Amino acid sequence: MIEIKKLHKSYPIGKDSLHVLKGIDLHIKEGEFVSIMGSSGSGKSTLLNIVGLLDEHDEGEYYLNGQLIDNLNEKKAAILRNKFLGFVFQSFNLISYKTALENVALPLYYKGMARKERLKIAMDYLDKVELKDWANHLPNELSGGQKQRVAIARALVTQPKVVLADEPTGALDSTTTDNVMDLLRDINNEGMTVFVITHEEEVAEQTKRIVRLKDGVIISDELTNINSKAV
Amino acid sequence: MFDLDRWREIFQSISKNKLRSVMSGFTVAFAILLFTLLFGVVNGLSNTFKDVFSDDAANIMSVRVWKTSKPFKGLQTGRRIQLKNKDFNFVKEEYDSKIQHLTARVNRNVNISYKTKQDNYSLQAVHPDHQFLEKTIIEEGRYINDRDLKERAKVIVIGRLVKEDLFGEKPAIGKRINVSGISYQVIGVFSDEGGDNEERKTFMPVSTAQMIYGNNDNLSQIVIGYNPDLSLDEAIAFGNKMERDLRKKLDIHPDDQSALSIQNMAEANKGVGSFVIALYFIVIFIGSGTLIAGIIGISNIMIFVIKERTKEFGIRKALGAQPSSIVGIVVQESVLITTIAGYLGLSLGTFILSAIDDGLEDYFIKDPSVSPGIVIGATITLILSGLIAAYVPAKRAARIKPIVALRAD
Repeated sequence: MIEIKKLHKSYPIGKDSLHVLKGIDLHIKEGEFVSIMGSSGSGKSTLLNIVGLLDEHDEGEYYLNGQLIDNLNEKKAAILRNKFLGFVFQSFNLISYKTALENVALPLYYKGMARKERLKIAMDYLDKVELKDWANHLPNELSGGQKQRVAIARALVTQPKVVLADEPTGALDSTTTDNVMDLLRDINNEGMTVFVITHEEEVAEQTKRIVRLKDGVIISDELTNINSKAV
Repeated sequence: MFDLDRWREIFQSISKNKLRSVMSGFTVAFAILLFTLLFGVVNGLSNTFKDVFSDDAANIMSVRVWKTSKPFKGLQTGRRIQLKNKDFNFVKEEYDSKIQHLTARVNRNVNISYKTKQDNYSLQAVHPDHQFLEKTIIEEGRYINDRDLKERAKVIVIGRLVKEDLFGEKPAIGKRINVSGISYQVIGVFSDEGGDNEERKTFMPVSTAQMIYGNNDNLSQIVIGYNPDLSLDEAIAFGNKMERDLRKKLDIHPDDQSALSIQNMAEANKGVGSFVIALYFIVIFIGSGTLIAGIIGISNIMIFVIKERTKEFGIRKALGAQPSSIVGIVVQESVLITTIAGYLGLSLGTFILSAIDDGLEDYFIKDPSVSPGIVIGATITLILSGLIAAYVPAKRAARIKPIVALRAD
């Protein structure tokens, strides 16, 4: 599903440049539940941004769903994101003046789906995250855990190939963290590839494969107990 | 292309962000309002000027004579100058191509009576062309014609108020009235837009007056309606040349202003024309200043709005929004606000101007209004600027990488 070979990325800082990713090789198959662990500055967010087509890599090769990602313009990137990827962010990133239902339906608007149909599908996904009764509430009327569940519903609504979650529990307390991780695991159990970035050991332990990143290189890549249990 | 979903997005964004929508709308509405009022008031001023000069034909020049103030060719100062028929004929033959209408005038005050009623009125003995130069409107009967002139007919055309004084509601045409002891037949009744004084006048053939009052060929004045095809400058040159020629002919010192002068409306018109043009220049200057201020106002608000929405655009992009769709919603929203606000400002301005109507006539502002062309032009300018004001920053916002936009707060 995601195949990365010798990926490099550096950011210019003044006259110098900061080498963030120093040759990453990573292969994530369909249906995997992977977490990228690392402290801040390890390059994990950069990796997710590149995987999510929100940023471009400098060197190396990146295949998404078998397609080589190279020299994308904004328009093509937007189409690919809409088609293959669902995002869950640490700060939820819901649009504040739209209701939960409208937020979930927004990716379908960019897919070009008719309003009636997309609202119906969005409602199904809100139901899936147990927020059907909150459909017409604005984000600021929801708790942190509810917001993140709306965001997850929004990530799923287009039936993407991969869900990318960037510190999805970073702004949540431990109970809601567990709820959100349970939800992500349920999604994964239904066959969705889920790619989580975190710096919390407890969160990473709930995924099936942990890739540890330090200073732009992968230092370990191992399956967790959950995985072995499941197998 | 009409996209209902796009419009829904825009209306949602406007209604959820009322303050900024109202603010940007207000700037535009106010600019258009000021522009409309300013233009209307100046149009009112210019209407007043046009009105003041509309009584008589605008292409008039009149020759008048007094006493000499400078000795010339052995002739003494203080000599009285008299215009005569030969001077009239000289003007007629010499400048035929440059003249549209030509009349002489002999002015007198007369006592007119009909049956028991009588009063003093001013009499002008004229040529038939006088009708066009004074813009005399014949209400009943006819004006003086060439045959009257040739036959020295004892006929008279009287003003509307003279007719009312002497005849009341009864018909006047064909009746004979007594003018300073001599009987004349009323052949016409006229009105004049110049006001009551003009309608207390009477006209008779110049030849008749010359025969009856002194049996000479004296004229008080020569009035010329120059060819309207002449430009103002050509008309002024014509007046100056005629003034020189007549001075020569009447043995007047070339610089003797008090012996003979030609009052040329072309000169006055040129003055008024340049004054009005100057006014319009000022208005266009101030008006475009107002519009530019409005445009800068929109641009500022749009830059702020787009900055505020950068994160939202980042989210939208992450969800699959293409750059063109980001630019589209911003521009469409801006143009919508500008159009509605521009229209409101325009309607308010037009409403105020029509409410003023003739209320400010004492301040020389008559019927202030703006022509639809100018108004539409100003609105299109604003809509276009709303478009540009939104397009430039929106384009930039759409180019920001989603990762950068998402980080914004």
